[in-house]
Amino acid sequence: MFSDPDLLKFVFGRLTLEAIPYHEPILVATFLAVAIGGIALVGLITYYRFWGTLWRDWLTSVDHKKIGIMYVILALVMLLRGFADAIMMRLQQAMAFGGAEGYLPPHHYDQIFTAHGVIMIFFMAMPFVTGLMNFVVPLQIGARDVSFPFLNNFSFWMTTAGAIIIMMSLFVGEFARTGWLAYPPLSGADYSPGVGVDYYIWGLQVAGIGTTLSGINLIATIVKMRAPGMTMMKMPVFTWTSLCTNVLIVATFPVLTATLALLSLDRYVGTNFFTNDLGGNPMMYVNLIWIWGHPEVYILVLPAFGIFSEVVATFCGKRLFGYASMVYATVVITILSYIVWLHHFFTMGSGASVNAFFGITTMIISIPTGAKMFNWLFTMYRGRIRYEVPMLWTVGFMVTFVIGGMTGVLLAVPPADFVLHNSLFLIAHFHNVIIGGVVFGLMAGVVYWFPKAFGFRLDPFWGKMSFWFWLIGFYFAFMPLYVLGLMGVTRRVSQFDDPSLQIWFVIAAFGAFLIALGILSMLIQLVVSFIKREELRDRTGDPWDARTLEWSTSSPPPDYNFAFTPVVHDQDSWWDMKKRGHSRPLGGFKPIHMPKNTGTGVILGAASVVFAFAMVWYMWWLAGLSFLAMVAIAIGHTFNYDRDFYIPAEVVVETEGKRTEMLASEV
Amino acid sequence: MTELADHAVFEGQAPTFYLKEEHHPEGSTMLGFWLYLMSDCLIFAVLFATHAVLGRNYAAGPSPADLFDLPLVAVNTSMLLFSSITYGFAMLEMEKGDRKTTLVWMVVTALFGIAFVGLELYEFTHMIHEGAGPQRSAFLSSFFTLVGTHGLHVTSGIVWMFVLMAQVAKHGLIVENKRRLMCLSMFWHFLDVVWIGVFSFVYLMGVLG
Amino acid sequence: MPAFLKFTRRLAVLPPLLLLAGCDMVVMAPSGDIAAQQRDLIVISTILMLLIIVPVIFLTLLFAWRYRRSNMDATYDPEWHHSTALEVVIWSAPLAIIIALGAVTWISTHKLDPYRPLDRLDIARSIPADTKPLTVEVVALDWKWLFFYPDQGIATVNELAAPVDVPIDFKITASSVMNSFYIPALAGQIYAMPGMQTRLHAVINRPGEYEGFSANYSGDGFSHMRFKFHGVDQQDFDAWVARVKSQGTALNRDAYLKLEKPSAREPVRYFATAEAGLYEAILNMCATPGKMCMHEMMHIDAMGGAGKESAENRERLEYDSRHATGEEAPAATIQAAGAPARSEEQPQGTNEPMQHDMPGMGGHEGHSMPGMHEGGDPAPAQLRN
Repeated sequence: MFSDPDLLKFVFGRLTLEAIPYHEPILVATFLAVAIGGIALVGLITYYRFWGTLWRDWLTSVDHKKIGIMYVILALVMLLRGFADAIMMRLQQAMAFGGAEGYLPPHHYDQIFTAHGVIMIFFMAMPFVTGLMNFVVPLQIGARDVSFPFLNNFSFWMTTAGAIIIMMSLFVGEFARTGWLAYPPLSGADYSPGVGVDYYIWGLQVAGIGTTLSGINLIATIVKMRAPGMTMMKMPVFTWTSLCTNVLIVATFPVLTATLALLSLDRYVGTNFFTNDLGGNPMMYVNLIWIWGHPEVYILVLPAFGIFSEVVATFCGKRLFGYASMVYATVVITILSYIVWLHHFFTMGSGASVNAFFGITTMIISIPTGAKMFNWLFTMYRGRIRYEVPMLWTVGFMVTFVIGGMTGVLLAVPPADFVLHNSLFLIAHFHNVIIGGVVFGLMAGVVYWFPKAFGFRLDPFWGKMSFWFWLIGFYFAFMPLYVLGLMGVTRRVSQFDDPSLQIWFVIAAFGAFLIALGILSMLIQLVVSFIKREELRDRTGDPWDARTLEWSTSSPPPDYNFAFTPVVHDQDSWWDMKKRGHSRPLGGFKPIHMPKNTGTGVILGAASVVFAFAMVWYMWWLAGLSFLAMVAIAIGHTFNYDRDFYIPAEVVVETEGKRTEMLASEV
Repeated sequence: MTELADHAVFEGQAPTFYLKEEHHPEGSTMLGFWLYLMSDCLIFAVLFATHAVLGRNYAAGPSPADLFDLPLVAVNTSMLLFSSITYGFAMLEMEKGDRKTTLVWMVVTALFGIAFVGLELYEFTHMIHEGAGPQRSAFLSSFFTLVGTHGLHVTSGIVWMFVLMAQVAKHGLIVENKRRLMCLSMFWHFLDVVWIGVFSFVYLMGVLG
Repeated sequence: MPAFLKFTRRLAVLPPLLLLAGCDMVVMAPSGDIAAQQRDLIVISTILMLLIIVPVIFLTLLFAWRYRRSNMDATYDPEWHHSTALEVVIWSAPLAIIIALGAVTWISTHKLDPYRPLDRLDIARSIPADTKPLTVEVVALDWKWLFFYPDQGIATVNELAAPVDVPIDFKITASSVMNSFYIPALAGQIYAMPGMQTRLHAVINRPGEYEGFSANYSGDGFSHMRFKFHGVDQQDFDAWVARVKSQGTALNRDAYLKLEKPSAREPVRYFATAEAGLYEAILNMCATPGKMCMHEMMHIDAMGGAGKESAENRERLEYDSRHATGEEAPAATIQAAGAPARSEEQPQGTNEPMQHDMPGMGGHEGHSMPGMHEGGDPAPAQLRN
């Protein structure tokens, strides 16, 4: 049947057997590992007859808590992939000296650094942040769910679909070899004719839809769903930073979508937006992508700032110092983040005044950031600090982040940037702020809110191991890169001539190894904690003696979060309730109105994967078909008016009764 | 629940920490949809900005003055403006609760929308036929993309309108359908506003400027 | 624990310190005056910021230690959360530093603008009146560097030489994708972009052999896109030029088109002569015979385009697809005029070139690129030269 080459081409587009990298031993081994792991997972799920529960209670769930947890799981899986890329790069750079070519040819190495950046930003940090916001924000504002629960499920599946598309490029075809922002003309059809950039584009476009919609959803949730009494200036700081982050998401991701759409038109249709010829202008892409790209940095770091604010107040047993200035600082950062994008390309030859303007606006951002730093500092002052794991991450963050902030301001001085731009100094800087700021914050957040999500705390020993490995590993891995940057070493180089550089790369590789131990400790921590879950059980719902509303309900919270909507009188509303002796209502429960689960999100996500795959490989019939399927499914979904149900009062009575027993058993 | 004396706000009354009744936050659909429109607006903003940068890069090829048929575009514009008015009538009828008349006005709106898209397609094919397709120059790339993106929006608006007509016919003017009609109304008027930008900046300023 | 933290940090810092003594931090010890000033700026900015960074780190560790739970001597004040005086300090201390740093930035960015001709040789010496700067035209190719010396009439691949204490005026472009021209010992980098020209002014003060390379990833051969930069005295430079002239071949368009094809790890090559106007042709993306030059296209566009009957212009402007299709350009039969612009009258002088010192939007003032239509001057050379 497939002997006819035209038919073959029609059916499979440009997909041929050569696209399967069976001649690359690294990829074959990876594939085998993934396949064996996958089969084992499927086997376990089948053995424990978990499929039904998985589908009914998780994949189709519109519960913000479960969606939040699924986001974090996605982020952790992608962390492993992105980190594997990092280890491979560190090994290559530690080996490839003085004629030795290392084990990765440029063709492979260039895909790895591109994938590392794309995965860590879009599919590790973004889902992680979104997941925590999803889980925590409705609980913190005393709501039952987000504004648009189905949309939330759909957003998650679009993000996952994007991640799957990126992962597919590992085993079918190749990934982009352009760097994580895919600057044209290099990423254009003429200089990157393969499928790599197309995987990149479609992966990000599909995930970007999810991100934008989830941003809209969370803004609406925070604006409209707050518990009575919670005015804007009584919102917890994490909710504030989430609001600002989602405003940034909604105001920047469309720019990314449009920019990538123009790039794909250049590649698919042959338009001339970013080409060298026929009037195109590649510099426009660089501007547009950074108009998204710089706010993206704050999208990631603001929620981390929020986490640190919650953690520091809780574990110092003290009200956050300077709540108002914390809020204003967050808002100022949000606004300023739009007018600094040009600092990513001072070396493109803009005039001195333009460069100086953007350099100074960039520096101004360090003022509110500095104010935040002092606010955390003075929250610790006259506190009574409990060094639980989240607090360790916070202190580690405060010391590490200021160093990254300093080198960042240094890079904002245009003439200094001329010598440091694109160097390993830059790499060290942004890993310093992203690991020292975002990742430390996310780790603190996971340990902090884990008992709320699962009903038991994480084992502190392995948590501390993880922290110290990460912290020390970070310094070993990235301080050498600062030095190498000052030695004039550029990023994205896979082979070196100068043997005096090698020792630094070896130290950096050692640091990466320590971080690997940190990640391993975290995984061990999860397993150990699960085994010791009865010992670590949180019966009170408030294991840290914390301050905000999410701790007023049980751990894990019931489906409906709060049997009665809380009324807020103070910033630290749960602290206020505890202080003024609230009493938990034990009767008068009413049926609770909740949204129904739906499989539409999963199906649409799956259809998007098919659509993207077909577009990457030019299987036009399949692309058309899957697109029509998506439209039909979406329309079909709107014909379903039966989307909610009531949790009967008896169920609420029963659930709350169990909680009463559990609270009693604790005393 | 008694230690309140130090808290002036609640002096004299016990603080309530829980609502006894079910809490019904006000609906967020309109806000959410408005946020979506703003994000869509940013996509158009990028396309407008792109057109501002590339709009005169003819690549030694045809310019707006060579290509644009302003009377045709004016007719096209009036189609869209009329459709907004007729959609307004549909909304008025919806307020009155008259399902049948609402549906009639929606049909009229959709027909105007179809006429608009049809005329745009005619314009596009004509230009491509003349050798002025989107691959000819950066100016034409940005022109086709900006105008085409708007056209795609109108097309999906028409599809949505037919879906809603079916739903209104089936279920009547129930709360859900009214909310959806409101959303489509915002969407449709938004597209009108964007088109006014396209008409002024792309067509008029292209030919006259 | 914070003590442990301190301890480990000290441990982490020790071996690097030992190593630092033995390594060559070219950015911190450059040999050209521009790079030296950039180094000074790094040092000044770092010191300014350390004024606030060091106290913050110190206070963090101090508070972390002092207010640990087990230290019952420390005051515990759970409700203390506001102090107007302190808030003023925590906002104004960073503000003060940033005002100082902002002033430094504004001044230094203008002074060290790569487009600005030099006004001194180094901190002690001004430029002698009779000095003629050395002009070098740089082209980033896939994946090697081509240097034209228009005054000497020679060209080289992957080797650059310049006399010490003579200002160098680099004009930089690229053939296909974006690169960045960077010699750390000499001066900061600047992007090399196809169809556009960037500028760099610099001077080397100490003789020596320095590393130069592309600092912006540009594809497969990027890792080896390196060259040696020789800072030599005037006699040695003259001898070097003579050597290039005696050993080199001729660089005409054919030779260039062969050279331009992607290749990695290219050896050093000398060209005794370079065809006149070749650099301008590369810059205007019309080195291939039969192609329309960018400046010509921009001229036609400024006149309002070439009308509907201009389909042949499209082929003559296609540039990017030449590698993908592997085709040579159409034979050079068509005269360079192509379809003429509808009106040949001079455009009105209202379109003054944008001043580059416009603060605010956009980053394009420094370029004349396909998107701009300033005045009637069609050359895509920098507006500021």
